[in-house]
Amino acid sequence: MSAWKEFSKGFYKQNPVFKQALGLCPTLAVTSSVENGLGMGLAATFVLICSNVLISLIRKGVPNKIRIPVYIVVIATFVTLVDLAMAGFMPDLHKSLGIFVPLIVVNCIILGRAEAFAGKNNVGLSLLDGLGMGFGFTAALCLLGAIREVMGNGSLMGFPVLSASFEPVLIMILPPGAFLTIGFVLGFFNWLENRKDAKR
Amino acid sequence: MEFKALMIIALGAIFINNFVFSRFLGICPYIGVSRQLDSAVGMGAAVVFVMTLASAVTWLIYEYLLAPSPANIFFRFFALTEPPDLTFLRTIAFILVIASLVQFVEMVIQKVSPSLYSSLGIYLPLITTNCAILGAAILNIDEQYTFIESVVHGLAAGVGFTLALILMAGIRERLELAEIPRSLQGIPIAFIMAGLMAMAFLGFSGLKLGM
Repeated sequence: MSAWKEFSKGFYKQNPVFKQALGLCPTLAVTSSVENGLGMGLAATFVLICSNVLISLIRKGVPNKIRIPVYIVVIATFVTLVDLAMAGFMPDLHKSLGIFVPLIVVNCIILGRAEAFAGKNNVGLSLLDGLGMGFGFTAALCLLGAIREVMGNGSLMGFPVLSASFEPVLIMILPPGAFLTIGFVLGFFNWLENRKDAKR
Repeated sequence: MEFKALMIIALGAIFINNFVFSRFLGICPYIGVSRQLDSAVGMGAAVVFVMTLASAVTWLIYEYLLAPSPANIFFRFFALTEPPDLTFLRTIAFILVIASLVQFVEMVIQKVSPSLYSSLGIYLPLITTNCAILGAAILNIDEQYTFIESVVHGLAAGVGFTLALILMAGIRERLELAEIPRSLQGIPIAFIMAGLMAMAFLGFSGLKLGM
């Protein structure tokens, strides 16, 4: 039961983007389309799972004082792996994500989970936590990417979904659209919470 | 000619490719520390300082330790037959250099100027995980800037970040008094504000900075 809780908390209750406002830079930068959002989300999920597992394995051997530098080296190693693998197998995606692939290393979600969870819990739970948080992050990126792609380009995953008479709102795939979209989506989630509280 | 090229890099980093509004780097401190003007100025100053220093140091590390150039130190002093290509270590090397640099700067400021430390001190540890610093360092390499160009780019990017931070803090102080729908209070309205400011900054992208 508690294992399921650790896994599912990342989806909504403690969603890294919408509830904890972590990892905002890649969230804003790569969500001009669903495809980019999905690629970024999966890359970050991979790093998150690997670093969570490795950190929970070595947590007893790491002196408390130097734990943060150790975590950063672990994370940076996996980020380098992802960076090189992506450049080799998916050069187009690697190019469109640009510097945000190496910047996964400073994504506060990953260091945050290492510090708050993996450094204190066993391997199994850390794996589930990383998986759940990673999916939550990916889902958030896909949601924002979908909103922006449909409104700004009239397409979803590259396929046109709106009729040809729809005039694309170009601003949505430009930088200002990212800020506006996340502002209103966060507002919407707050509104849901407020309504739930009011009902109680 | 040299000076003109540097000016173009600087203006480009401050206005056209502003780190916050067009490159989306350093959003977390941008939203987190922009509630009051005082703290925004402190954070901005700390970022300008560390970013300039980090641009210089990471450029030197890349050029003399990692890149497969004739200037590579391993190649020169260890009698290798050809320069080693260690560029795959870039991410790890840079994040470690930045983390230790921040720690070092913190110690120096604490020793040399306690008054400066009391105003900047609390922002310095936050800077290690500020993606703008690592972002600037990586961009310098990707754009193949020279040493001077890298330093100017780092400095200008920091100034651009500070500009965005201070503008935002000025608006958010007034926003405290405004009537905002309850669901949008706090972070959501800050993002919507940032969106409107990004629109204004989009106007700079039409600027042609030719030679």
